[in-house]
Amino acid sequence: MSSNVITVSGVQIGERPWVDRLHGWLTTVDHKRLGILYIAYGLSFLLVAGVEAIIIRIQLMHPHSGAVSPEVFNRMFTMHSTTMVFFAAMPILFGFSNYLVPLMIGARDMAFPRLNSFSFWLSALGGLLLYFSFLGGSGLYGAGSAPDVGWWAYAPLTARAFSPGHSTDYWTLSVLVSGFGTVGTGINIVATILCMRCPGMKLSRMPLLAWLNLVMAGMILIAITPLSAAQMMLLVDRYLGGHFFDAQAGGAPVLWMHFFWIFGHPEVYILIIPCFAFMSEIIPVFSRKPIFGYPVMVAATVCIGFISMSVWAHHMFTVGMSSYANSFFTFTTMVIGVPTGIKIFNWLGTMWAGQIQFKVPMLFCIGFLFQFLIAGLTGIMLSCAALGWQLSLSYFVVAHFHYTLVGGVVFAIFAAIYYWYPKMTGRMLNETLGKLHFWLFLIGFHVTFDLMHIPGILGMPRRIYTYEPGRGWDTLNLLISIGAFIQAIGVLVFVANLVISYFKGDKAGNDPWDAWTLEWSVSSPPPAYNFASVPTVESRRPLWDLKHPEDPDSRYE
Amino acid sequence: MYIAVLEEAEHKKGRRTTLKRRTKVLICPAVRKIGLLALMSVACVASAEPTGFFNTPTNIFAPASTPAKTIAPLAIFVMAITGIIFVVVFTLLAYAVIKFRGRASDAGREPAQVYGSTQIELAWTMVPVLIVVVLYLATARVIHAIQDAPEPASALEVTVIGHQYWWEYRYPGLGVVTANELHIPVSDPAHPRPTFLTLLSADTDHSFWVPELAGKTDLIPDHPNRMWVDPLRTGIFLGQCAQYCGIQHAKMLIRVSVDSPEEFSAWVREQQRPAIEDGRVAEGKHVFESSACINCHTVNGTAANGRFGPDLTHLMSRVTIASGAAQNTPENLRLWIQNPDAIKPGCLMPAMKLSDADLNALVRYMETLR
Repeated sequence: MSSNVITVSGVQIGERPWVDRLHGWLTTVDHKRLGILYIAYGLSFLLVAGVEAIIIRIQLMHPHSGAVSPEVFNRMFTMHSTTMVFFAAMPILFGFSNYLVPLMIGARDMAFPRLNSFSFWLSALGGLLLYFSFLGGSGLYGAGSAPDVGWWAYAPLTARAFSPGHSTDYWTLSVLVSGFGTVGTGINIVATILCMRCPGMKLSRMPLLAWLNLVMAGMILIAITPLSAAQMMLLVDRYLGGHFFDAQAGGAPVLWMHFFWIFGHPEVYILIIPCFAFMSEIIPVFSRKPIFGYPVMVAATVCIGFISMSVWAHHMFTVGMSSYANSFFTFTTMVIGVPTGIKIFNWLGTMWAGQIQFKVPMLFCIGFLFQFLIAGLTGIMLSCAALGWQLSLSYFVVAHFHYTLVGGVVFAIFAAIYYWYPKMTGRMLNETLGKLHFWLFLIGFHVTFDLMHIPGILGMPRRIYTYEPGRGWDTLNLLISIGAFIQAIGVLVFVANLVISYFKGDKAGNDPWDAWTLEWSVSSPPPAYNFASVPTVESRRPLWDLKHPEDPDSRYE
Repeated sequence: MYIAVLEEAEHKKGRRTTLKRRTKVLICPAVRKIGLLALMSVACVASAEPTGFFNTPTNIFAPASTPAKTIAPLAIFVMAITGIIFVVVFTLLAYAVIKFRGRASDAGREPAQVYGSTQIELAWTMVPVLIVVVLYLATARVIHAIQDAPEPASALEVTVIGHQYWWEYRYPGLGVVTANELHIPVSDPAHPRPTFLTLLSADTDHSFWVPELAGKTDLIPDHPNRMWVDPLRTGIFLGQCAQYCGIQHAKMLIRVSVDSPEEFSAWVREQQRPAIEDGRVAEGKHVFESSACINCHTVNGTAANGRFGPDLTHLMSRVTIASGAAQNTPENLRLWIQNPDAIKPGCLMPAMKLSDADLNALVRYMETLR
């Protein structure tokens, strides 16, 4: 009788009025809902910034093209990069951290649910502020619209003399506000992982995804704060008569560069480490083997975390540092390739002698491995300061970091979405559309970014709204643009897949991939507060132990 | 072309000059052989391309000055090493993907669960460490060779000042001031005459990049930088601003004319003279001196002594106007004065809004500034 009293099966969530449901989403402190909000918000901005990229590529199809004005072009590359870094990649990755970390460590929510919600809405406000600049950027001067100072906004271009109006203020405030949100999320992830693990889940038994998110969150606390400080200094310069970056009054534009890149380079690893985390979860499942060399993977990640704090000035090889500083940053930058190489080898070791299943998430993982390998090698080239004098600020660099951020981060995000979408929605993404998406995007990616290295070698600087004919750049740029259009078609297929599969996809069940971590032990989507009774784990692969009681992992760890 | 580059580098090895330290080839012979192999494969690919594909004016692999010539072999060396790493790892990846793909016969069986191997992991840690050491040493030599090269007494000093969106060149020893088109003497290896540039900025950050002469160096306000070039052949070298500096960053082009010693001396003599006085264009000169032109431009020997815009004393000695955005023709000059935005939208030159008669007179006056 008592069970009848507590059964709530009579209540249909879907029957609630849409206002109530909307209210529920807006006021939620549930880590899974916030995770989905983060991802949805990031994906929307991914599409917006993608459109900006297409505008850039239309303008660059031909030399002396007049498709858009230089003002619009400069706004487009500033908005594209700021959006992609702060409002697409980071929110999507935080969304996965939010959604997966508590589930994987057997917790019922994040350590600070309300801080979690606050962080998300701060980030969301940041994105809206940035895009409000299209309307409000003109300010009292009637000058400017969206920011056009580039995503690293070097001083003194951001001084009021060179950036009148409010567009730069919107850029500064949006980065500052979302930065606070990011720090909140970082604190939350660290606290959750250190304090909320279920019984038996020692640090050495955590899924690698949790480990890598711990490193990433720790890096946030160190790297985002200088960025926030620099934004405040810039605001002081612009409105309170400060002279931090004002060369005419004894300030130093180079100071801004240091502040920005001491954030900027760790930021790259803040973006890529969660992607390493996806690889470390997805590749084992589709190779049917445990991750190869778990302790070394953890150690390599922690090494990357530390070393990445000492490489920032490789972005500044051209600003006239001493030869000793140039040598130092050459060395640290090259050294970071060692732990990164270890990770690639260990993923290969995981696939070796496995039974690789080419489901869509695994296809994206293999694409990631291939592209991240090349991205790392072009990174080694750029790390040679002397070679950097030729190649930095050229299209070679643009190709290099798009290889890491598209070939790496975006491929990993697609892998993660195909892998965990069933858990989040209860439905599988369509495999055929997924493969079509993969091949279109892969081909488009390589047409665009393989070729993009060459104009850099042929002397084409980045951030130019037009270029001179006769320098060997014309045909290449046309092909690069065509590749971008192919990628765009691939993304449209992906969006269609997300929508169609939400309504018509196959039911996923708890564990569609026959996987081993705790999130697959609960229903899809998981119930509120995840676990009816807190699980106890004996090894790194609790579900392997359940499925193979005769040969549990716990014997070998 | 690539082979020629390497042969020149080899040829230089035997030379004895005061620039010896800079010009000596910086990579040990064994390593250079690997570079040569890679170089030849690149050359093969390049020769299969349509003619002229890589024969472009701003190619970092067509160096014509010691800094660029020192960097190009390093680039090939690093590309060779990374190329080898790529081939090895890619082969492993491709092998794994093909060999270990799941088969129908696997159904129900899991593969052997392998958790790791300390020996193997140690091996693939140590090998990259060794590669890093080699690459680092090769790079450090090049960095020091270029950056710490001593300045010979014969060097020419030029101050480069970056402006939104044009270049000012001042030759302090020669009393010459010009804009956008840099003239420097060729540096004969027997009697080296490198040019040392002091890089300053009047407003935002810029970067001076002529790929065939040297790597780029930024021009930052209140942060003087130095770089040097010693072009080994005469000719025109192109480049452009590489650090985003504002709306017209794209049309801040650089044109370097490397002159023979005689040509250079003649050019300097021409530039040192004050502006030509020609009574036939007095009307145009009057328009010039009584309009806002003189606030920003200098013409030696007249009331015009502004410094915001390019020095016009010898305007007609330049091939281009608007920092390379247009050819220096009377029609373009007329358009530029009337409506600069038509050539370079957003540039800081204002439209002068002159009457047709004044404009024609002014252009005729400009045409006399040789």
